[in-house]
Amino acid sequence: METTTNKNETFQNLLQTLVETPGPSGSEHLIRQKIEQEVREFADEIYTDALGNLIVRKDSKGEGGKRVMVSAHVDEIGLMVTHIDDNGFARFIMIGGVSPYTCLGGRVLFMNGTQGVIGLERLDKDEKPSLEKMFIDTGATSKEDCKISVGDVCGFERPFLDLGKRLVAKSMDDRVAVAVAIEALKRIEITPNEIFFVFSVQEEVGIRGAITAAYGVDPEVGIAVDVTRTGDTPKSNKMEVALGKGPAIKVRDSSFIADPKVVNWMVREAKEQGMPYQMEVLEAGGTDGAAIQRTRAGVPAGCLSIPCRYIHSPSEMVDREDLEHSVSLLSALLSKGIQL
Amino acid sequence: MTEKMEISAKFDPQFGEQELDLLNRLSNALAVSGDEQEVRAIVYEELKEFEDNMHTDAMGNVLVTRKGSDPERIRVMIAAHMDEVGLMLFKEDGDGLFEFKVIGGVDPRQLVGKPVIIGRDHVPGVIGAKAIHLTTKEEREQVLKVESLRVDVGLGGSKLVNIGDRATFATSLAVLGPSLRGKALDDRLGVFNLIQLLKNAPENIDLLAAFTVQEELGLRGAKVAAYHFNPDIGLAMDSTPANDMPDFDGEPVSSYNTKLDGGPAIYLMDGATIGDHRLVKWLTETADAEGIPWQYRQPGKGGTDAGSIHKTRSGVPSVSVSVPQRYLHSAAGMVRIADELNTLKLMHAALSRLDKTIINPQERN
Amino acid sequence: MSFELLPFLKSMISVAGLSGYEDPIRDVVVPVWKDLSDHTWINSHGGLHAIRYGSGPEPRPKVMIAAHMDAIGLMVTGIDQGFLRITQVGGVDPRILPGQMVTVHATNTGFTAELPAMVVMPAAHLLPKDAKSGPLPQKYLLVDTGLHPDEVERLVRVGDVISFATEPRELSGETISGHTLDNRASVAATTVALDLLSRRKHLWDVIAIATAQEEVGGIGAMGSAFDIMPDFAIVIDVTFANGPGGGGMGNFDLGKTVPLTWGACDHPALYNAMKATADEYEIPVTRDFSPSGSGTDAWDVQVAQAGIPVVELGIPLRYMHTPVEVVSIKDIKRAGRLMAEFISDLPLDFMNTVKWE
Repeated sequence: METTTNKNETFQNLLQTLVETPGPSGSEHLIRQKIEQEVREFADEIYTDALGNLIVRKDSKGEGGKRVMVSAHVDEIGLMVTHIDDNGFARFIMIGGVSPYTCLGGRVLFMNGTQGVIGLERLDKDEKPSLEKMFIDTGATSKEDCKISVGDVCGFERPFLDLGKRLVAKSMDDRVAVAVAIEALKRIEITPNEIFFVFSVQEEVGIRGAITAAYGVDPEVGIAVDVTRTGDTPKSNKMEVALGKGPAIKVRDSSFIADPKVVNWMVREAKEQGMPYQMEVLEAGGTDGAAIQRTRAGVPAGCLSIPCRYIHSPSEMVDREDLEHSVSLLSALLSKGIQL
Repeated sequence: MTEKMEISAKFDPQFGEQELDLLNRLSNALAVSGDEQEVRAIVYEELKEFEDNMHTDAMGNVLVTRKGSDPERIRVMIAAHMDEVGLMLFKEDGDGLFEFKVIGGVDPRQLVGKPVIIGRDHVPGVIGAKAIHLTTKEEREQVLKVESLRVDVGLGGSKLVNIGDRATFATSLAVLGPSLRGKALDDRLGVFNLIQLLKNAPENIDLLAAFTVQEELGLRGAKVAAYHFNPDIGLAMDSTPANDMPDFDGEPVSSYNTKLDGGPAIYLMDGATIGDHRLVKWLTETADAEGIPWQYRQPGKGGTDAGSIHKTRSGVPSVSVSVPQRYLHSAAGMVRIADELNTLKLMHAALSRLDKTIINPQERN
Repeated sequence: MSFELLPFLKSMISVAGLSGYEDPIRDVVVPVWKDLSDHTWINSHGGLHAIRYGSGPEPRPKVMIAAHMDAIGLMVTGIDQGFLRITQVGGVDPRILPGQMVTVHATNTGFTAELPAMVVMPAAHLLPKDAKSGPLPQKYLLVDTGLHPDEVERLVRVGDVISFATEPRELSGETISGHTLDNRASVAATTVALDLLSRRKHLWDVIAIATAQEEVGGIGAMGSAFDIMPDFAIVIDVTFANGPGGGGMGNFDLGKTVPLTWGACDHPALYNAMKATADEYEIPVTRDFSPSGSGTDAWDVQVAQAGIPVVELGIPLRYMHTPVEVVSIKDIKRAGRLMAEFISDLPLDFMNTVKWE
């Protein structure tokens, strides 16, 4: 029988596998395979659409149920090679939002297994580091023995850290949400809702996968699951969300205003479950929720946010209990009839 | 992608008088985003044989369907945009003088001291600049703002043009040895190529051709065209910058985007689209098999109509191919005739060896 | 109930109804539109739709009128010793905020408490160095409800919306000032049109939509357009009037003209037809240039599905996106009348004339 400790271990192992699988936007095939293996036995229907979204249907619509789309994106930020010079150094551009500061001293892992480090040209006085002044060094000595070429894609590399109460890895954005969604998918036994779990692609470059997935699924309600920033580190941008205070219910971010009816539905359920939760207003960012909201004739949409420090750095940090509560909240929301 | 397809008709595009004449008309036509009528008329004229399968939609896109005969054929949408960047006159400011706004991405520094053409009648005008004798050194170090510039049509010229008219550079197409120089080669070359492909379409595809509007304003025409066509795969044929010029300090150049003479530029990733890997491979393998030179368009910013096409409905695997061009969005761009013909050749060869297996899920990566 | 423009307009600009939270404004419009139409409904984004069936034989062509009803405003991002930290909903110039009277719509108790409050600037010595002079960036502004901190914590939660509390005021020359005349002046004009149409014959179906969430990206309009797919659409939104801080491309005097937009979003055939109608009925119109497209619902309506031809009308407005916007009542009446005359004159085969050259 699976004890709580075992369950936690399984979840943590799953999370670690997910964050360690390379897969920047547009190159999601490996992560998609991992997810498919994990969810196949729990799915009533499973398919991959034209852009590579992995879509899993659970159950059919019953009395008082709705067609719900849950979206967690599988792609991570990364870099793409634009040029290899004669000495084997590679120039690159970003895939998704990559800050030059997080690249300094960084290590990368290419889809073909090649590893490398990021170097920086010398800077003028007062000049700030920028991606144009950086390059990737794979240890090649010339263009000819360089194992990567123009168009090759890499993610950042950093080991997973278990700090007890908190977990750290690269790509918690958004693999932690993928793990939460998978766990919810496994836990839901009976539901009146027809639930489409969309493991979406290309979110980091403009929520592109969710746009087409939402059109195809044509849901009545949408919930994105993604990470959000916190305001609980020294002299951070002011924000009420903090690690360890529970899942955050998104009121708005820069990409959309969550439907208040969806927000209130999520708050009601959190209160009923007696679990901690936080209200989130983010003056930045974007999630798949915006894509779902704009689909066809419009869809009421919201977002369940997992508080996360240091987003889009190779050391994103989440709180273990926040994850458990997120799974519980998501499962509870999806297992009952939805009254908006 | 199967090997069984033989190229049914050997397609060997040439650059003769007929081709030059059509390119002349296309490049010299005035069709700024939002008012693409002149190019629309040329397209209709050239494609008379398709008139039963051709219509103009609510935004002004010209949509042409050329059905193949193969029962297993795949539906391919190809977009080439008719619009160019330019200006709109919006206020009279004295006899024959007009204030204007820029439409699309024109560097204002390209406007000063240039001849322009205005409206349906191509009324001649100029965007003047202050005589240098009258300027101060400080003045000359400032960029001239669009608000301070005027289009001058001459005395009494206000009768010849209307506010609301669009205008653009008065450049005529010219052949310079191996090169073509002209305005709006972005994307009249694409329009030209799409016309040729329609006239020589292979039988294994339904060719859904979209001569789109308002690409320069955000890939807008392609959005509705793709919704209408609902294709299996999508392609954008456009033109892209070639920044293959020397670095002033002799440093090696690593951001050239594309190079002239490098052949058609195949996109991996731009600001609007991550090209479907299977389609990128299809194009590069075709080029290698046919001995057509090709290059990658360096991953970077910018966008083509593929940016709208691939996000249509429940998604359309898409890719872009462009003719490399120096000095895009200026008074005159420069392309190599060989690059243009190779782009057309590549497109035809690639389309001819296409079938539905290209979008098989197993084929993905 | 007969429709009276000025009281209706005043009641509209006396309520909140921020983007995404449009219930209060919709509640004001619903009874009026119900009275002037055959059927009303609300879509998933909260946009209000009202249809007047035409008298032509089925299947009838249909025209849609879009006028956004949502307001810009502020939202609570945090509570700090009883003061509220804020962000914007829609585009607000922070320089107009200090000293503004606002209402906090506080929902923490499960019920909404409407708290009168004001936007305040902390003293300079309480702020970081970069904020000591020049306009105060929004992140340093606070909202004071006058209540004690424990009461604020009880009533208010993060995410609550804050609306401008400026009262409508009639100014000289048949002008009116207040908040959210952008774009409730257009909702008023649309209502004028519906009222006139109720006393005219029209062959076409007319669907009036008070759209939601225009200020945050045209969300309401894109969904409604997708759903209805009319033969063509009229979008009505405010535009810039002459006056202090005005000018530039918009040279519209208050009370003088109905601006008709000319640009990437506007079908030339519709523009010409609307202009012809204006000339026929001696309604003054002026061209409003939007070469690369306008920042209105038209941008999203035009590209719905396989495309919808659009024509745009404007209402000149001073001091856009401040709580003291000013419009002329005459302009509202004219715009409404132009739409009504245009629609009631539409022949069934009108779309045959809406072609590109």
